[in-house]
Amino acid sequence: MNALEVRSLTLRFGAVAALSDVSFEVGPAELFAVIGPNGAGKTSLFNLLTRVYEPTAGSVAYFGDDMARWRPHHLAGRGIARTFQNLGLFPYMSVLDNVLVGRGHLMRQGVVRAGLRPPGTRAAEHRHAAAARDALDFVGLSKVAAMPVAVLPYGLRKRVELARALAMEPKLLLLDEPVAGMSRAERSEVVDLITAIRKDREMAIILVEHDMGVVMSLAERVLVLDFGKPIALGTPAVVQRDPQVIAAYLGEVA
Amino acid sequence: MSTFLELLFAGIALGAVYALVALGFTVVFRASRVINFAQGELLALGAFVVSWLVIDIHVPFWLAFVVGAAGTGLAAFIFQQGVLRFALGRPDFTIVMLTLGLATVLQAVLPTLFGSTGRANGDPWGGTSVRAGDVALAWVQVWTIVAALLVLAAFWVFNNHSKYGLAMRSAASDPEAALAVGVPLRRVYATAWVLAGVVACIGGVFLGGYPNTVDPNIGNTALLAFPAIILGGIDSTTGAVVGGFLIGIVEELTAGYQPQYASWLGSNFYLVAPYVLMIIVLLIRPYGLFGSRPAERL
Repeated sequence: MNALEVRSLTLRFGAVAALSDVSFEVGPAELFAVIGPNGAGKTSLFNLLTRVYEPTAGSVAYFGDDMARWRPHHLAGRGIARTFQNLGLFPYMSVLDNVLVGRGHLMRQGVVRAGLRPPGTRAAEHRHAAAARDALDFVGLSKVAAMPVAVLPYGLRKRVELARALAMEPKLLLLDEPVAGMSRAERSEVVDLITAIRKDREMAIILVEHDMGVVMSLAERVLVLDFGKPIALGTPAVVQRDPQVIAAYLGEVA
Repeated sequence: MSTFLELLFAGIALGAVYALVALGFTVVFRASRVINFAQGELLALGAFVVSWLVIDIHVPFWLAFVVGAAGTGLAAFIFQQGVLRFALGRPDFTIVMLTLGLATVLQAVLPTLFGSTGRANGDPWGGTSVRAGDVALAWVQVWTIVAALLVLAAFWVFNNHSKYGLAMRSAASDPEAALAVGVPLRRVYATAWVLAGVVACIGGVFLGGYPNTVDPNIGNTALLAFPAIILGGIDSTTGAVVGGFLIGIVEELTAGYQPQYASWLGSNFYLVAPYVLMIIVLLIRPYGLFGSRPAERL
């Protein structure tokens, strides 16, 4: 079953169509990229998938389940994790706590359990801490686990965000411009990390990205948006040669 | 010497109440970056409900206490769900003004419901005390300290061992990101307000104990807890507690000794002393004793 099936998704703000009639599906272990020039509708699409916006028309199904009635905080519990374009971290909390927050939906210690501490509570606490440490290990940050995120440089913060997404044990991972604002060296590190994630676990990944190089080296299929409309969908090699795509990126050739 | 010990003990008991009030402020602040200006009025509401249950309805004190605490928590919950929920995502200032609105409403409603004269808080100790050596300890003070320590311990467990501790801090830091990692923001805010209400009631009952009474102005004590919060660091619960005890002790010792040794400072200087202490602390540590200094990237 597909991780995601998007059908005729449309989003209008008044007369402006941010997204019109977009359809695609993402396999359960596929890395699917969405690209397009500024203002193409990438962020709108992201906000629709994360239920921040309500679509004007069309539908999104997650593993066959219609998302129309979901609220944003349901996503984590149902296996969807995301990273933010400009970092969704909590600067004054430690790196480990930042990752641990991502496991809240897997924790059962509410107010009552925390107070009464039924058998297994301690084991559960250890299990969550261990999972968070594993995720930090995976992205190579176990040494800074106790530091506040605020003292880390940008490239490392991005890794914290990835570690948190992994600790959430997602079936679908949404990456919003993961290499934006990074140096060439940092970019290739992130590409390696995403490749490693895909080798290690089975999950669908949707990558929204500006950087063509990154998209071409990672994605299995690419959707190209321009002014909210899908103009091409296919493997990177095919999409790259598409005249409409070239025109959208380089400007119209009369 | 015994005078000193009695004053110190009274200071610790008063500090326990301040710590409870301060805890009520910080629990809401930590979850939502909002200062709840109605905390003092919630405290008054709780104290009045318990007093009314015991004196007018003849409910046993401990039962009344539990019912009152639950009721105040419920009132805070209703306010959060019925009003604040709809202001989510608005500027913090809007929410702060709404809490100020709740304070105004309660200030008007409480005297109407319960009368504007002081009434006993309904506790079974009244003015009785116990002697330890040549020091007299009022039972009210003993129980205030016991209750405060129990509440603080319970809160510590909640903060460190329930998933809401982390969830609250992340919600305060970045609500949007917290939502994306599955933190149920509404439940977190609601939990914070319920806790603030329960803690307010407990503080109110003990504050209204002998020789004080429960009257509509009891909520003003919340203002005296402000130095405690600022002094401790507004986002730190440890700070709120330490600050509360510190302020209580300073206030009582000043009240006990200042008229004798520094009468030129006037007759109500003990009310000013907490603020003086606060200013001195802030000059040395601008973020309070335990507050988190925002880290800066250079």
